[in-house]
Amino acid sequence: MEYILIIISAIFVNNVILAQFLGICPFLGVSNKVSTAVGMTGAVTFVIVLATIVTYLIQVYVLKTLNIEYLQTISFILVIAALVQMVEIILKKISQPLYQALGIFLPLITTNCAVLGVALLVIKKDYNLLEGVVFGFATAIGFGLALIILAGIREQLDLANIPKGMRGVPISLVVAGILALAFMGFAGMV
Amino acid sequence: MNQWKNFTKGFIKENPILVLVLGTCPTLATTSSAFNGLGMGLATTFVLVGSNVVISLLAKMIPDKVRIPSYVVVIATFVTIVDLLIQAYVPALYATLGIFIPLIVVNCIVLGRAEAFANKNTVMSSLVDGVGMGLGFTMALGILGAIRELLGSGAIFGMKLFNGDGALVFVLAPGAFIALGYMIALVNKINKAKN
Repeated sequence: MEYILIIISAIFVNNVILAQFLGICPFLGVSNKVSTAVGMTGAVTFVIVLATIVTYLIQVYVLKTLNIEYLQTISFILVIAALVQMVEIILKKISQPLYQALGIFLPLITTNCAVLGVALLVIKKDYNLLEGVVFGFATAIGFGLALIILAGIREQLDLANIPKGMRGVPISLVVAGILALAFMGFAGMV
Repeated sequence: MNQWKNFTKGFIKENPILVLVLGTCPTLATTSSAFNGLGMGLATTFVLVGSNVVISLLAKMIPDKVRIPSYVVVIATFVTIVDLLIQAYVPALYATLGIFIPLIVVNCIVLGRAEAFANKNTVMSSLVDGVGMGLGFTMALGILGAIRELLGSGAIFGMKLFNGDGALVFVLAPGAFIALGYMIALVNKINKAKN
């Protein structure tokens, strides 16, 4: 039951993009087409889950035992950067099709604040490892949901007659605002 | 004169948020009031100035292949400093900004300036660039925060300007997206009219 609550809360009530404002850059950057949005979601899910596990273990077994928790920011960001690089190299070696599908998105993920954000939130919320992984996975699904919905709307927007100054980023932000309004309907569910 | 231009470009012409659209996450998340927006802006400015100066000093010593991780370590150091300072001296701000202070480390503006400016310019120009860009960022955050606070609760910096509640939605998440969208559209229009 507890896990179901974490999942619903992370996907709908506290949606990572629309309620917590994490990962807006890829949200605006790769939401032109539904197909790229799906690829990005896959890559983000993969990295968030991996990064959550690794940073959790580092927090508990290295930073806490050595009493150097103030090094959290530095160590987490370095670990995430290294992890992304490693995932890229391994994927290239073992699974060419998967690399083709996710490859171009991977370098972008290091600067995706959702990854570091989830790692920090898991520590802040005092989750255990399993809860952390479930939370990370659900957050990534929430990210994908918002990204794919926006991509679908933007594909339609290409056909609409939008005032010149509003084209591109501004109209996407306004659409995201209306989406966020819709997602506020889930507030109070959990 | 050249330094002056270098300083002012961050405000309108190359404003990190309104023109380059970098660092949108903290922009949206921390501008629920003018005070929070300014606090976040100044914290980022501190990191930006510090990392710009140190990176321009070290640029010649850092091998090209490992430059990005090295920059990230420098930036993360300054973020940790600012994190501890805010926690100690402005606990109220620390509580509202939450995880967005450590997240300055992945703010594209900071790494972007290091890569695009600080590693090929003198210490002095990098310092000026950091201050200008940082204050441009702070200005945009302050204005956005003030607009949202005014529309949402009828106050600026906690001072009531008119009675009544205002549209609460502007303090909440949807208002952040909508207000920033219209602000960028306005700046687009002004920049186009100038050309």
